[in-house]
Amino acid sequence: MNLLPVLLVAGLLTFATRLSFIVLIGRVETPPLFVRALRFVPAAVLSALILPELIVRGGELRPDFHNPRLIAGVLAAVVAYFTRNVLATIAAGMAALWILQLLLRV
Amino acid sequence: MTPSPSSFTRRQEFWSGCRDELPILVGVAPFGMIYGLLALGAGLSPTLAQAMSAVVFAGSAQVVIAQLVHQGSPGLVVVVTVLVVNLRHALYSASVAPFLRRLSAPAKGVLAYLLTDEAYAVAITRYLRDGERVEVSPYRHFYFFGAGITLWACWQVTTAIGIYLGGRLPESWSLDFTLPLTFIALVVPALKDRASGAAALSAGLVALAALGLPYRLGLIAAALTGVAVGLGVEGRS
Repeated sequence: MNLLPVLLVAGLLTFATRLSFIVLIGRVETPPLFVRALRFVPAAVLSALILPELIVRGGELRPDFHNPRLIAGVLAAVVAYFTRNVLATIAAGMAALWILQLLLRV
Repeated sequence: MTPSPSSFTRRQEFWSGCRDELPILVGVAPFGMIYGLLALGAGLSPTLAQAMSAVVFAGSAQVVIAQLVHQGSPGLVVVVTVLVVNLRHALYSASVAPFLRRLSAPAKGVLAYLLTDEAYAVAITRYLRDGERVEVSPYRHFYFFGAGITLWACWQVTTAIGIYLGGRLPESWSLDFTLPLTFIALVVPALKDRASGAAALSAGLVALAALGLPYRLGLIAAALTGVAVGLGVEGRS
């Protein structure tokens, strides 16, 4: 895939979203359902990206304890819950992955 | 004695916006470096990784793009996902719009480009603080501009540092795993109630169930399901 046009379109759409109401003000109102729905977007999109990344290895579902990425991911989620810190979460997850990869020899 | 707000100059407004943005950079700088690192881990060229920080200029959307490119998703799925992830900026746009009403079109364009989560937070705090005053500075948009451009500069520089580091670390370090870890760090603190938990869980399960769908359409299906389930659970409680 040629990535540059995709980036340009993604950038233009982001800009258009940010500009939208600054230009339209007074002409349209934000529908309440849209405002309510927005709250769930990060949780939905990010979870949809995370789960396959932890559970699927080489095209197969691997929800078991020999899958280092699953264990490291769960540990990182616990760290994220208690610290609410991005750096601490990444550090814990990467350390766990490296140790598990050594132990499980994968 | 506090000077009258109407006597503030453009330059004073600009620098005070820059200064008020500084504390936020503590959280943004590491994220910029992480983005640079993981963009290379996802297989992007250093040039494209840096260009994305200037063209898209939205942290979490950039990480999502890197992830989708890593998985070989088609361009249309990347674009639709970015649109969904960035929809919240329409809310920021609506929120600052009344304060920018009298600006010229180019000025509106520049401020819209700089309207990130972090610049919005600083700018809207200022506007709301001014809210009760009879007399406000005519150059408040320079405050917004100062805050926004400070964040922009920090994001570009830290992206470059991340790219520099990313090109020097060996592949056996599994740095691509920093992508899902970043998402975990962002999503877990956002799961504050049953509705958002249900949205996350249902979206994750649909994403797994829909793995076989072509063009990674499963991601879009999962996102829509998650939002619908979240709204449903919220409506019942």
